[in-house]
Formats: sequence, structure tokens, C-alpha cells
Amino acid sequence: MAELEGEAGGIAAGEAKAGVGNVAGARRAAFAAPLVEYFLRLGDDRLILGHRMSEWTGHGPILEEDIATANIALDLIGQAAQLLKLAGETEGKGRDENALAYFRDGTLFRNCLLVELPRGDFGHSMVRQFFFDAHSVLLLDEFTRCGHAQLAAIAAKALKEDKYHLRHSSEWVVRLGDGTAESHARVQASVDRLWPYTGEMFVTDEIDVAAQAAGITVDVAGIKSRWDSLVNDVFARATLVRPADGAMQQGGRRGRHTEHIGHLLATMQSVARAHPGATW
Amino acid sequence: MTTFSRDQLFAILGTVPDPEVPVISVVELGIVRDAHQREDGGVEVTITPTYSGCPAMFEIERDVISALEAAGATSVEVKTVLSPAWTTDWIPESAREKLRKYGIAPPGRADDGGLVTLVRAKPPVQCPWCGSRNTSLKSEFGSTACKAIHVCKDCKQPFDEFKAI
Repeated sequence: MAELEGEAGGIAAGEAKAGVGNVAGARRAAFAAPLVEYFLRLGDDRLILGHRMSEWTGHGPILEEDIATANIALDLIGQAAQLLKLAGETEGKGRDENALAYFRDGTLFRNCLLVELPRGDFGHSMVRQFFFDAHSVLLLDEFTRCGHAQLAAIAAKALKEDKYHLRHSSEWVVRLGDGTAESHARVQASVDRLWPYTGEMFVTDEIDVAAQAAGITVDVAGIKSRWDSLVNDVFARATLVRPADGAMQQGGRRGRHTEHIGHLLATMQSVARAHPGATW
Repeated sequence: MTTFSRDQLFAILGTVPDPEVPVISVVELGIVRDAHQREDGGVEVTITPTYSGCPAMFEIERDVISALEAAGATSVEVKTVLSPAWTTDWIPESAREKLRKYGIAPPGRADDGGLVTLVRAKPPVQCPWCGSRNTSLKSEFGSTACKAIHVCKDCKQPFDEFKAI
């Protein structure tokens, strides 16, 4: 933890530390101002998960799910566009949502690791979506009451959408968990594999502290406790076993990603980078 | 310079159909929040998106501009606002009847009874074709972001519901 706390301090200092003439200094210089970092985290979570969800388009197990996953991807990418636009405006350097989505490399993305993992089978995607949706609904609800007007407006809209997402993903977790022996075993394996990636959603650092100055106060402990109850409730109905909380994977918030982010971005950014500035 | 009152501007915008549900206008859909003429003669229209990622917003903006320009307006500017968040509760009864006749069940009340509703508690939606309430939900995600898919067990027809949000 000592190392993480030390590095978080480096992030919070942001560009104040730019120009330090060593590798660590250069790395720190890549961090934006704290509030920009905060909005990038929110936007990148939804952009990357939206892209993962879009991978199901044309590959859904049934037609209705093909349509549902495409709709959910669209909502998430729309939310990401608004949050990244806000990040760009807050930064004030002329970067819009497209510049941030398509012209940043992996180490500059701030999404949590959970959302960048490969989609796996349909059940795996639904488990990941459920973990994320449950957190997102609770978080967005807090944002609707926060002191940052633009974030509150984006959240109020996104919350309506995410409530539908959560109902969809939780229904699938129950249906597959409490389904056949095969579906139960596969979805339990997904839960076990994804669980170590859930902790990062609840980690707070200097960026969250800095956001408070902009009126963004979030009761993370309260969200965690409600998220736990929600997961327990759904798992009970799904006959799934909740894994023990062990060491949690993290790093995405600071640009330390899994190998998967590069592959994802190579696909997601290829058209924009092949034809920069193209319009149609 | 042609002058336009607010009512005149809304009347013009009332002729712009929603690109995905062309039976109702963008005004009836509730996405036009304001329209007024500035002192310099330019026209300013404020719209709000239905869904965060609604791909029709660009087309709507273009349609709004060309309808107003066709009516003689100049320097049309379309602004987008997010707050207050769009709700289907803004769709008037007259437009709901148009939806029904078009084969889309109109939305119920947007209040869905809480932050976390893991089980849809709403009663079955009335079939817009035969009027039966013996229907079942197939999916809360349909052909566009704003629709859900149902099927009528009496007339056996699938149908869209304009999702309450």
C-alpha cells in the first residue's frame, strides 16, 4: 500500500511535477490535473466497457440479446462521450471526446481493469456487466445530488439507462447461475475469475479527495456496503457462491493495464488513426 | 428579416418528424426544450437527447435547421442540454394515441419504484394491435434505444413498446 499511496500523491500533484528530469518524473507528467483525471476514469470505464459490449453485435446467443448488447454498448459509449467531453473542457487544451477516445495510448487510459478484460463467453460478459452496473447505478445516484452541475446532469440521464442495464445483467446472472449444471459451473467460474477485479471500483485516492473540492463528494463506503448487499441478493437467487475477498487487482486508474488494453485499442482506434480528421 | 414568435417556431418544429418514430414530431417527443429568436434575428433552438448515445440526435439537429431555414429563418443555432433529463412523461396524450395507431405501445409512467428494481414490477403492456393485455415482455431492449419488445399471446403479434424512462 505504501507504494500506491506514494504514487497517488504523484498523480494529485499532476503537472506541477512535470519537467522533473528522470523517468519517474516523465511518467508523472503524463497525469492531467486531478479533476480531469477524475472525469477520465468515469469516461474511460464506460468507453472501454461499451466497446467490449459492442463486440457482441452480430454474435449474441439469441437475436434479442444481440439487440440488447448493442443497445447497452450504445448507451455506455454515449455516456463516455459526454464524460470525455467534460474531461476535455475541464482540461482546457482543446481536446474533445474524439481526441480523448481515439488518440490516447493505453497507458493514458484510466479505466479500471475489470472493464478491459476480454469478453469471454456470454455468461462471463453478463457477470462482468452485473458487477459494473451494480456499482454504476449506486455511484450515478450519488452524482445526481453532487455539487458539480455538469456531472450531475450527465449522471441523471445515465442513471435512467443503467437501471435498465442492471436489471438485464442481474437477470442473466440469476438465469445462468440457477440454470443447468453446465451454465451454473461456467458462470461460477466467471465469478471466481472476475472477483479479484471488483475491488478497484472501490479504491479511493488523492484524485477522489481533489474532486471533493469541485463539489463531488461520494460515500464510497456506503456504495460498497449497498453493492455487497445487491451482489449477495442476486447470488443467493442465482445459487452462486461469493468468493472470499483476497488481494485485489488494480492499476488501471494509474495507467498500468493488462495486456488486453492494447489489443482493444488497436481495434477501437484503427479507423480514426488511419484517417485522422475524416468526416462523413 | 422574418420575425418569429415562440409559438410560430414551435409550430414549424412540430412538422419535423422524429427520424426513428416518424409518426410523432420532435416537439411531441419532448426533445425540443426551447426555441426563440435572438435580437440579431438568428434563431436558437434548445434540444435534449432521449438517450445518452442516441444516434438520431445529429439527424434531428440537421432536420431542425433545414425546417426552420425553409420557413425563412437564418442563423439557426441548435444547442443541446442534458438537464432536466428527458422523460417519456413529457409525451402528451395526443402523441401517445398516434404511437398506438402506428403499432407502438405508448410508455407507462416513468417512475419505476426505486433505484434498484431487479424485477420488472409493471403490469403487462396493452397490445397496440388488438388491445389485449394478455402480453409478455420479450426484451427491454428493442430496435432502437427507446423501445422494448413484447409479444401478444392473443393476436400472436410481436410489438414495440416505447420504453418508460
